[in-house]
Amino acid sequence: MVEPVIRVINLKKYFPVRAGLLDILRRKPRLYIRAVDGVTFDIYEKEVFCLAGESGCGKTTTGRTILRLIEPTDGKIFFKGEDVLNYTNEELKNFRRRAQIIFQDPYESLNPMMTVYSIVEEPLKVHKIGSKEERYDMVMRALEDVELKPPEDFIHRRPHELSGGQRQRVAIARALILNPEFIVADEPVSMLDMSIRAEILNLMLKLRDEHSLTYLFITHDLAVAKYICDRIAIMYLGKIVELGPAEEIIDNPLHPYTQALIAAVPTPDPEEKIGEIPIKGEVPSPINIPRGCRFHPRCIYARPECKVREPKPIEVSKGHYVACLLYE
Amino acid sequence: MLFPDTVAIALGACNVMLFEVRDLKMYYEIIGKGLVRAVDGVSFSLERGETLGIVGESGCGKSSLALTILRLLPANAKVLGGEVLLDGVNILKMDLEKFRREVRWRRISLIFQSAMNALNPVIRVGDQIAEAIMIHDKGIRKNEAMKRVKELLALVGIDPSRAKSYPFELSGGMRQRVVIAMALALNPDIVIADEPTTALDVVVQAQILKLIKDLQRKLRLSVIVISHDISMVSELSNKIAVMYAGQIVEYGDIKDVFYNPLHPYTKALLYAVPSIRGKRRRLNPIPGAPPDLLRPPSGCRFHPRCPFKTDICIKEMPELIEADEGHFVRCHRFEELRGVAFG
Ligand SMILES: Nc1ncnc2c1ncn2[C@@H]1O[C@H](COP(=O)(O)OP(=O)(O)OP(=O)(O)O)[C@@H](O)[C@H]1O
Ligand SMILES: Nc1ncnc2c1ncn2[C@@H]1O[C@H](COP(=O)(O)OP(=O)(O)OP(=O)(O)O)[C@@H](O)[C@H]1O
Ligand SMILES: [Mg+2]
Ligand SMILES: [Mg+2]
Repeated sequence: MVEPVIRVINLKKYFPVRAGLLDILRRKPRLYIRAVDGVTFDIYEKEVFCLAGESGCGKTTTGRTILRLIEPTDGKIFFKGEDVLNYTNEELKNFRRRAQIIFQDPYESLNPMMTVYSIVEEPLKVHKIGSKEERYDMVMRALEDVELKPPEDFIHRRPHELSGGQRQRVAIARALILNPEFIVADEPVSMLDMSIRAEILNLMLKLRDEHSLTYLFITHDLAVAKYICDRIAIMYLGKIVELGPAEEIIDNPLHPYTQALIAAVPTPDPEEKIGEIPIKGEVPSPINIPRGCRFHPRCIYARPECKVREPKPIEVSKGHYVACLLYE
Repeated sequence: MLFPDTVAIALGACNVMLFEVRDLKMYYEIIGKGLVRAVDGVSFSLERGETLGIVGESGCGKSSLALTILRLLPANAKVLGGEVLLDGVNILKMDLEKFRREVRWRRISLIFQSAMNALNPVIRVGDQIAEAIMIHDKGIRKNEAMKRVKELLALVGIDPSRAKSYPFELSGGMRQRVVIAMALALNPDIVIADEPTTALDVVVQAQILKLIKDLQRKLRLSVIVISHDISMVSELSNKIAVMYAGQIVEYGDIKDVFYNPLHPYTKALLYAVPSIRGKRRRLNPIPGAPPDLLRPPSGCRFHPRCPFKTDICIKEMPELIEADEGHFVRCHRFEELRGVAFG
């Protein structure tokens, strides 16, 4: 069997809710935000694996926890068979080179005081890689890779002298410079103009082919997910409710939540209008996650047992999993 | 017996468009740097019950256009030309006091880009709407205003008992509904919605879009919906204007514009936007980036990114002309390029 690049098993991240003094005096039990609440998936080499779902469902927390930018509450993470949570300091440092992250906001993630050259060179210095001359060559090559050409035109600029798309390219060049094997891309095109989004998405696909990259791609935009991803996992309140090949998830969604999400997406076709959205109510707080199936209060198909029994993922067709009692 | 004059006026009145913007120009002045040509010769019209979508990328001047119409511009903004006609009357020339009293909120209202910023966090939402009503309806008593608030909340799908809530006690979708209720408080004819759903999740967005559509039908509102999101705008609009670098480059019935785009930028955009429906197809990016409006390109503003440019495109700015009935385009070469795909 092929070994996955990333294997995540029952990953959990609970954030304590800050308690007021009164709560402490009254010895109220400590409350937790269950941001990620038992998530399991594999990502294979050269795959674009997507985490999609509405705001607050735990996408970013999952991505950051995998990179150990956040320590998990529970669960296991493997990177090419290595136990990421048992890394020695040396191994962790090495992991930080091999796995990178690209953030949503290229305005915030780049230091405004630094030039493009120093921004892209910095990771090399941190990891003490190459001589000054070697680093220069590497920076120039990385800028060419992200199509900031000729690189001489860009290296002296600061972030505010770049367009949004160019800034995101610099962020990608910086992530690429260490020759990573795995990249978490957290909403990398959400802040960009529509005419520039396609360019960045195509660039990411090109880099995947040229550098054998593997991506965890985080987005709330299912049209983008359908375009760039091989597989999609739909998250709801910290759990994956459905996972499968991208086109299948979009064209043949099985989970009632996925069906609602997809029904709600507008299309650029004026003849096609959004119909009734098959969902009730609003997203509950991640502090008070409903018992049983966490989606049941909003589900139009909910049955009495959905209130008490938590569904397990079922493989409905090859590689297409859904966690819903309707399919058990 | 009617005098001929009166007949002429009465007949004329039937033909007056509800709302028309003609060759509007508004620049911002940045000291030491020059003028930002945010709205640079914009024209369109709107009839009762119509929804016009204005799409364009960040910074192309969409919000500036809305603020110019509502006369809510900052001090460094200069309206340098054009007219905004409401029932044939230029509301830009109207005495500001009269405009405040009779036009803003009462005839034309605005749903702001960010619901969070539009609401005061420390005042109960019901009181905020009531206040908006009482400022304009000096005669109205508090309890009458509160009655109207409850009606408005019910109209936008919020349980009237929530009038006592503070904004932070409401979800994002409910806050946006409150903002919509406020925009409707004085029964306007025209509502301008600037990115009404940008901060919302897709399910909530769909619910708000449905609400706007229902209200539009029920109240026979004319709506101008502004967004960078083509798909969202196409959900609501029957007419669409594509804006690029402070100008409308294409404008017409939404089906004409989407199925038979004439401007290279429109063609490019439609190929650059992924859709959730249909087979996955490769997206064709548009090379380059939108221009800096402090120093817009010569001639056609889109020429630096256009694969079809010729000398004339670099030298002369094209006019917005009627290419087909009701379908306008600002491109020197649209005729030869009919049916030709971008890139
Ligand atoms: N450091 C933190 N402390 C406390 N709660 C947190 C923290 N980070 C995230 N959360 C909470 O955890 C939940 C999941 O957040 P997360 O940022 O992972 O969601 P997301 O799916 O990335 O959302 P978005 O689409 O808005 O980026 C949310 O309820 C959030 O408020
Ligand atoms: N007060 C101001 N002074 C100077 N320039 C301004 C001012 N407000 C806006 N601008 C500039 O005017 C142009 C148009 O801005 P506007 O906010 O109208 O764009 P927009 O299309 O609404 O963009 P977005 O989609 O980001 O909301 C931009 O270049 C912007 O930087
Ligand atoms: Mg996030
Ligand atoms: Mg705006």
